[in-house]
Amino acid sequence: MRVTLTVNNQRREDEIEPRMLLVHYLRDVAGLTGTHVGCETSLCGACTVLLDGNAVKSCTVLAAQADGAKVTTVEGLAQDGKLHPLQEGFWEEHGLQCGYCTPGMIMASVDLLSHNANPSEAEIRHALEGNLCRCTGYQHIIKAVQYAANKMRSGKAAA
Amino acid sequence: MAVIPKFVGERIKRREDPRLIQGQGIYVDDVRLPGMLTAVVLRSPHAHGKINSIDLGAARRAPGVVAVLSGEDLKNKIGTLPCVAPAERIPFHPVLAIGKVRYVGEPVAVAIASDAYRAQDALDLVEVDYDPLDAVVDPEKASADGAPILHDEFATNVALKMEVPSPAMDEAMRNADKVVRFRIVNQRLAPIPMEPRGVVAQWNPGQRYLTVWSSTQIPHLLRSRLAEMLKLGENRVRVIAPEVGGGFGCKLNVYGEEALTAHLSMLLGKPVKWIERRRENIAGTTHGRDQITYLEVPVRKDGIVLGIKARFICDMGAYLQLLTPAIPGFSALMMTGCYKIPAMSFEQVMVFTNKIATDAYRGAGRPEACFIAERVMDVVAGELGLDPAEVRRKNFFSKDSFPATTAAGLVYDSGDYAQALDKALAMVDYKKVRAEQEAARKQGRYIGIGLASYVEICGIGPSAMLPPKLQGWESATVRVEPDSKVTVLTGVSPHGQGQETTFAQLVADAIGIDIDDVNVVHGDTAIVQYGVGTFGSRATALGGTALMMAVGKVQEKMKKIASTMMEAPPEQLVFNQRTIALASDLSKSIPLQQVVTAAYDFKQPIPGLEPGLDATSFFEPTGCTFPFGTHVAVVEVDPETGAVKFLRYIAVDDCGKMISPLLVEGQIHGGIAQGIAQALYEEVVYDESGQLITATLMDYAVPKADMLPHYELGSTVTPSPLNPLGVKGVGEAGTIGSTPCVVNAVLDALSPFGITQLDMPLRPEKIWRAIKAAKKS
Repeated sequence: MRVTLTVNNQRREDEIEPRMLLVHYLRDVAGLTGTHVGCETSLCGACTVLLDGNAVKSCTVLAAQADGAKVTTVEGLAQDGKLHPLQEGFWEEHGLQCGYCTPGMIMASVDLLSHNANPSEAEIRHALEGNLCRCTGYQHIIKAVQYAANKMRSGKAAA
Repeated sequence: MAVIPKFVGERIKRREDPRLIQGQGIYVDDVRLPGMLTAVVLRSPHAHGKINSIDLGAARRAPGVVAVLSGEDLKNKIGTLPCVAPAERIPFHPVLAIGKVRYVGEPVAVAIASDAYRAQDALDLVEVDYDPLDAVVDPEKASADGAPILHDEFATNVALKMEVPSPAMDEAMRNADKVVRFRIVNQRLAPIPMEPRGVVAQWNPGQRYLTVWSSTQIPHLLRSRLAEMLKLGENRVRVIAPEVGGGFGCKLNVYGEEALTAHLSMLLGKPVKWIERRRENIAGTTHGRDQITYLEVPVRKDGIVLGIKARFICDMGAYLQLLTPAIPGFSALMMTGCYKIPAMSFEQVMVFTNKIATDAYRGAGRPEACFIAERVMDVVAGELGLDPAEVRRKNFFSKDSFPATTAAGLVYDSGDYAQALDKALAMVDYKKVRAEQEAARKQGRYIGIGLASYVEICGIGPSAMLPPKLQGWESATVRVEPDSKVTVLTGVSPHGQGQETTFAQLVADAIGIDIDDVNVVHGDTAIVQYGVGTFGSRATALGGTALMMAVGKVQEKMKKIASTMMEAPPEQLVFNQRTIALASDLSKSIPLQQVVTAAYDFKQPIPGLEPGLDATSFFEPTGCTFPFGTHVAVVEVDPETGAVKFLRYIAVDDCGKMISPLLVEGQIHGGIAQGIAQALYEEVVYDESGQLITATLMDYAVPKADMLPHYELGSTVTPSPLNPLGVKGVGEAGTIGSTPCVVNAVLDALSPFGITQLDMPLRPEKIWRAIKAAKKS
């Protein structure tokens, strides 16, 4: 079947099998390997992307379900070579070690901050419970999200 | 020009991060080669069974399928999967099962097709006729008479039995005021790196050269073992560890799929990829721990522990993988912990069961050892009515004991256990929190305070201490390029530990250049000289020392060259701000670039020197390093639900000198998370028939962000005298200290109910049932 998706602001038309998962579409058809596969039961969150602005686990979305929609992956975050505040925050606060959970963790955090500009530590832990990390123990991830939230709030205040 | 700062010891952002935060890291599933085929493996659904027949006909005819193979097709083509550690009985370990299956998840057949969807469709058409056999999953039952035998070549399921008696131990038993006896269980765990395993293999028939990308911790060791299994020269095999998404010990191994994928590429003349799914990972990647220990502890009534006698039953799984029978040895060797306990003796029975093999998992034998030592301290304190902090303090090696020889004959390099304990107790305000505990009990609230003072063994060496084909040394090459930038080739294989940053810090400071002038390369056996890899908290202590040795060689050469240009002896010269200068007057200097150009252009030959600036060193350690610390947990147990809430978690760790303090924190946080997980959440469960019950992440409880506390970190710094960096290692320490600390806290909370023993994981239902039972009696 034919699907039309806008991925990171680029419109694409592709011929795919109906059973193709969105994560495989992104990785193998669109060639964007930043989104990772960590499980097949939608537990781990490594595959998290934004679908029309909302975080979804792309391993349990069919590419066909995303027909006509806008998808944002980690590769679509930086603008004109400038990192997104969350990417900066993860770098600044050592919010990653092996990096495998990181793209999904960042996308889930984008979703969180779009709904809650000043989350508490407890709110961040709760919002990220769908994203497993085996390396960091989460504490530096929380600091990364707080860094980004502060930056984005002060950026808005300045504007 | 901007002044170049010092980097070592500073809070430095990682050089690895820019590519990873933008999704540009290439992990093995991101490797794409023209003509690449995909392999999917069919696995045994039975824990134990005879294979009567395998019908591959329909699968072979499925669309897009290039080949489908079973164990019979590989007979005599691929050597056994290796176990390099000694054992009495090491079974042949086939890459695909031949004649028999011995654990749920054992590879039975493989389909290779144009993509994974078509390969899986083909496997759905494979028909395997099994005769199921009785399985055995309890290692105590497996070692008893009448148990189903896993390997027909042996008349028993015992892989290895070790007995280390001690006359000193017998005497300690006689002199004791009391002998404390109890049983502990270190449950089976699954390492669960966020990236499962994966392999891409590409055979180049024209050059007779094999390239293998594998998500591995040990590229060089893997190359050696694969070459052996496939009967290729090591000089015709290249192993590349791309970005590796976590390992924690389960990727310190040699797996059937690695050899299989390579063989398939050689057979089919095309690149072949195999990527593990999570269900396969939980069933078919090595597990950790799985030891039952019976303890007898003679004590004096003042709390001095006179000895530890232990009998271990260790579950090996169905086959022995690379280091499977070596792990329990550490549990015995380190079980006297931080303490000057004068006697130890032990017996270990290592048993085959119908499960995947156990092998290294963060701590690899030392968490079990520390659990013994730290439960002993709390149980002794409880039985004698003494404070657990004071019992530890009494039994500690004092700070002037070092180097300290333990009852097992190990020599601890340096330590100050009382200092770490004091710091942790001060951070938690021990007296205050004990008073709060008292007050809370009067209100029917159950607060517990748990301690663990740990010491652990890292950077295992010298090489004579290790089995054949595993080494204790590490390597580095330092190359100053013609433009003065530096390339480092390190034999360690980081997968999150950050040596691209830490090693760049070390070189930048040593040569007076910027951290971004240094490029640290790792994980490719065609580029990097033979190295050993990243595991056992060895990378900075051993790899960093090899690095400094190689740096020293190029520094010496550059100073000799500079000396001819500056008419000052080399000993008076230092590296400073991209110059080589007089130590006594930094303004008298020549540019570093001038020296480098002289070394390469060689317009003025320098007597006694060859052109170039390239040095390789191999560091063979003289002994192991011993990081240590004290962790304290304060928890509250809800008696209505059995739920455990963290009130505080404090960790005081001593890893010697810290090159990169921010990265040290990260290692400790991650280690603590896995240790808390063993205490409270995780457990691999097989049922009586050997079915894996915890087969997905829905059942195997890897902690989520809201299941872990905030960690408060402190540190002490007691350098190791065994390497010039003073580094002890830190990768596993957090995991080792945290598990007993949390268990001690929960049991402390439950002590008013008279509950003194409870097996991990301490899940709410287990706690609730224990409280209920205690209330009844």
